[in-house]
Amino acid sequence: MLTAIEKQEIDHEISLVPYKRASVIEALKIVQQHRGWVSDESVEAIADYLEISAAEVDSVATFYNLIFRRPVGRHVILLCDSISCYVMGYRALYKALEEKLHIHMGETSADERFTLLPNACLGCCDHAPALMIDKDLYSDVAPAMLDDILKKYA
Amino acid sequence: MERPLTKNIHPDRPPLNLKEYEMTGGYAAVRKVCGGMSPAALQKLVQDSNLKGRGGAGFNTGIKWSLIPMGDQAPHPKYLIANADEMEPGTFKDRLLLEGNPHQLIEGMILAAYAIQAEISYVFLRWAYHKAADLLRKSIQEAYDAGYLGRDILGSGFHLDMYLHTGVGRYICGEETALLNALEGKRAMPRAKPPFPQISGLFGKPTIVNNVETLCCVPHIVNNGADWFKGLSYSEDGGTKLYGVSGKVKRPGTWELPMGVTMRELIEEHAGGMKNGFGLKGVLPGGASTDFLTTQHLDIKMDYKSVTAAGSRLGTGTMIVMDNGTCPVGFVHNLQHFFAQESCGWCTPCREGLPWVEKILLSLEKGEGTPEDIELLKMHTQLLGPGNTFCALAPGAMEPLQSALKYFHEDFEKHIEYKKCPYD
Repeated sequence: MLTAIEKQEIDHEISLVPYKRASVIEALKIVQQHRGWVSDESVEAIADYLEISAAEVDSVATFYNLIFRRPVGRHVILLCDSISCYVMGYRALYKALEEKLHIHMGETSADERFTLLPNACLGCCDHAPALMIDKDLYSDVAPAMLDDILKKYA
Repeated sequence: MERPLTKNIHPDRPPLNLKEYEMTGGYAAVRKVCGGMSPAALQKLVQDSNLKGRGGAGFNTGIKWSLIPMGDQAPHPKYLIANADEMEPGTFKDRLLLEGNPHQLIEGMILAAYAIQAEISYVFLRWAYHKAADLLRKSIQEAYDAGYLGRDILGSGFHLDMYLHTGVGRYICGEETALLNALEGKRAMPRAKPPFPQISGLFGKPTIVNNVETLCCVPHIVNNGADWFKGLSYSEDGGTKLYGVSGKVKRPGTWELPMGVTMRELIEEHAGGMKNGFGLKGVLPGGASTDFLTTQHLDIKMDYKSVTAAGSRLGTGTMIVMDNGTCPVGFVHNLQHFFAQESCGWCTPCREGLPWVEKILLSLEKGEGTPEDIELLKMHTQLLGPGNTFCALAPGAMEPLQSALKYFHEDFEKHIEYKKCPYD
């Protein structure tokens, strides 16, 4: 079931496009914003609300990198693995994060504090390597800086 | 040297708000056009300036606009879209313009929309650019409040609405027809052309998609004229260009320079040369999907024609430098991992071929390769090349691979001979 506030926000998006189905990406973003991820039940609720099939909603949800179809931790670390960061030290950064958080790419730490995900180019190539935690961008990151960065996120 | 696009961008202070932007001459071009310039005259002006699309394709912007239906019989609404989905690995130029001077983009969009008589415009912004999203939302509202957007702009009878759409992450959204599908709430798969977006674009209506940097040039062309714009350049392509350098150079960064500066000037002067202890081995001149150039090409001009003549593409103009301490096989494997992951999966050669290329490169990098693998890779550069796939993603992926096989073949062979990566 979608909440009243979710419906209200989706209704606004529907008002901007010629037909309901066109707001499916916005609807997925809205649900994820409120719940952290998009469950099977949410996919069905969005499908009902937009009058399309759940399979169609899921085909869109699973196509895009940043719609989460599994639960994520309280904070999501997006580690840039594209070419400039690769040249400038991405591998050392990944290794350090694995050791500190005891997780590999795509996993969530046991305390559900962090999920670690690879991310294509963050557009920060002149200050590589880079990573993003939630909405915060960190650039010129060295493994030695990670403790100070991570402790900001409870 | 004039730097029209970046002269009001100062990294140490917030971008200009509407009033400050107006005090530097901002929105004068909108006033000029709304004061009586015809859409046809604006299209002609931009065509004459020889502004070419800065997203990578390098097509004349005025000619692109001229293919849209005009007049009473034209379908409506028409759409103008700013492609701000900057996601080509190694590219970080549009972020500077979006974060540094959002009103310049909005003004360019109003002018482009006027030229094609569009009534709805979108900024298609990549998800990761949170700062740009906040700035654009605020600036679009300021433009509405000042009467530069909305109904009957400056009493001209021209209406334009503008919306910000943030994507949810997929490289293929940068391809203009895939971007249209994403805006329609679909999977971002490219569309067959024809029909071109000018005829049947967003929601089946006439649509123009322009890159951020391209649109930011338009106010300056309107204010100063086509000849002035052409005069900014060292080459026959008009204007300045935002160039970037990343990799192991002393001062990585972005600079607005005359179109056609040399690769040597960019790397040695602006980027300060290689970091101590590193030598230059290769350069991707315009993003991940462009062919390698090497030290023999340092004196070529960074314009569309010269880079093409040297066997690569200007692309986005943001170059990635490969130093002599970085393994070319590992470098190219990283690129192919990206392209394999970002393939939309629609056509078989791209969906199936790119993961195979990635796997072959990984086995080479681990010292498990055979001489036949090099032949297999060469074969794939043909099979996934132009004409064999639905869109330009796989052919773009093959550009750095085919040129790496050409310029760095010894590195590939050493991985097979030594049964390990010689750079480890």
